[in-house]
Amino acid sequence: MYIEWRRIKWQRGKKISNRKPVGKKDLAVKGSFYVVVGLFALICLFPFVLMITSSFMNETEIIAEGYKLIPKEWSLSAYQFLFNNSTNLINAYRVTITNVLIGGTLGLLLMSMAGYVLCRNDFKYRNQIAFFIYFTTLFSGGLIPSYILMVKGLGLKDSIWAMILPGLMSPWSIFLMRNFMKQIPDSLYECAAIDGAGDFRIYWQIFLPLAKPALATIGLFLVLAYWNEWYNAMLYIESSSKYPLQYFLQRIVNQANVQLLVKSGVSVNTSDLPSESIKMATAVAATGPIILVYPFVQKYFVSGLTVGAVKG
Amino acid sequence: MNKLKTGGKNFLHELKHKKILFLMIAPTIVYLIVFSYIPMPGAYIAFVNYNIGKGIFGSTFVGLKNFEFLAKTGDLWRITKNTLLYNLAFILIGNLVQVVIAVMISEIGCKWFKKVTQSVILLPYFISMVIVGYFAYNLFNYNYGFVNSILTSLGFAKHDFYSDQGIWKYIIVAFKIWSGTGYGMIVYLAAITGINGDVYEAAALDGASLLQKIRYITLPLLRPTIVLLILFSLGGILKGSFDLFYNLIGNNSVLYAQTDIIDTFVFRSLVGQYNFSQGAAVGLYQSVFGLVFVLGVNAIVKRIDPENALF
Repeated sequence: MYIEWRRIKWQRGKKISNRKPVGKKDLAVKGSFYVVVGLFALICLFPFVLMITSSFMNETEIIAEGYKLIPKEWSLSAYQFLFNNSTNLINAYRVTITNVLIGGTLGLLLMSMAGYVLCRNDFKYRNQIAFFIYFTTLFSGGLIPSYILMVKGLGLKDSIWAMILPGLMSPWSIFLMRNFMKQIPDSLYECAAIDGAGDFRIYWQIFLPLAKPALATIGLFLVLAYWNEWYNAMLYIESSSKYPLQYFLQRIVNQANVQLLVKSGVSVNTSDLPSESIKMATAVAATGPIILVYPFVQKYFVSGLTVGAVKG
Repeated sequence: MNKLKTGGKNFLHELKHKKILFLMIAPTIVYLIVFSYIPMPGAYIAFVNYNIGKGIFGSTFVGLKNFEFLAKTGDLWRITKNTLLYNLAFILIGNLVQVVIAVMISEIGCKWFKKVTQSVILLPYFISMVIVGYFAYNLFNYNYGFVNSILTSLGFAKHDFYSDQGIWKYIIVAFKIWSGTGYGMIVYLAAITGINGDVYEAAALDGASLLQKIRYITLPLLRPTIVLLILFSLGGILKGSFDLFYNLIGNNSVLYAQTDIIDTFVFRSLVGQYNFSQGAAVGLYQSVFGLVFVLGVNAIVKRIDPENALF
């Protein structure tokens, strides 16, 4: 429903911006808006472009003259190296995709169930439980007690669950789900209940299909968070076979070498490698999927952001 | 007493009749108990001299000693000051840029230009801070960085960014603005497009210029949103952007004086120094004052705009 609301507003916006400029002065002002917005967009894009061109640079040119926006000579050597030494990179991809799939599915399931229960007006304790959920955003024990709990209490050191569990549910998403499901008319639920459908079946067969827009928004937030996850990996993951993509990347840039990419047991003289272009090529390989799907998923994020700004 | 009894009865009654609903919300409750509520009393670690063998509640109680030590070394003051100043810069400059860009985009008529620039400006929001660390390396690395290759090609000497204390505050703020403008812009655009078009038409009939319309219609009508968003961000002013700072600065201790914030300090006390109690003391200090800020902000919002208060 909020999507509809948004569409109405966008249409109105179109009407506003199609107003014909009155005088020459307005035209100049409008022109300057195009310039400023265009320049700002270019600044936003610039690091991406620089990273991509850097990854296609010849190593000797980088060492002699540094990274450039327009290299004298283009080279595929960094990508050739990545392709030939892809085992560890692919493994990091595998870990990340596992996290995305498990975390995304489980998070969506649990949060949509919570949202469904909280939106049911006949559920007496919904307000108490909503406060119980909300309170966790106001106060927290802090990093250190959580760390001790994760490691000593739950024994999750070096477990992939240490990367999945901390970001599984967020109060904000639960409330977004609840607010969305609140818009579904009560009569729908009542009819189903009279026909003898149980609470879970009503959720599964009626509420979930109707809540698809909210599921899409929250699902994409979850996927993005798990795709970009490195923090919990840094805290809890020890064995390099469990490094997710982003943490793998961070290790490469922090240790200032690309040794991590090379499969253990294979001896490679790192001084011969095009290390500087490889670093950028690895970053491109990790960011690529996001940039590729971005145009298709952007609208779900935008609707999510707009709703998030309104009271939760 | 009677009330309690019937209360208990009601609960059991509800539990029996809404068994499925309780089962459906149970995972959320268990999850929050384990990951949010159990660590809360663990903040007691801030008041002990933590001994791993004895555990949090078995270690010797030392009262406020951990806090005193942090205050005495000046660490507490330094990281608080840095966190507050960085967040103030993020909030004020950030909102200014977001409003300016949103107002300008809303006036742009060319559809594809609007769509493309909007997408591009939002793109950085999707990128992990690890990649931002790569961007910084790509730009500011001493030997190969883009800025230094420009400097040398123009005949200047290379600049060693990674040991220049003064410059990072600007770089950090710039990256924060870079990554956050898209988000804020969308929010403000939604508010601008929510403004009734009739107002603008009336103004156009009266011969108002574009700038006059922005000055006398858009900005005044946007003001409540701006105030509200700034106030709510002020509620989180003690929370740091750990991922940004860590990926830009990492373990480069040369830069700590100006780039150490509460979150990076707590992290180092955990990972580098194993000084759990002091780290937890700072963490508790952050949580308590953070709560005070949120409550304060909420009280202010309640007075000026009760509809939008959090609770």
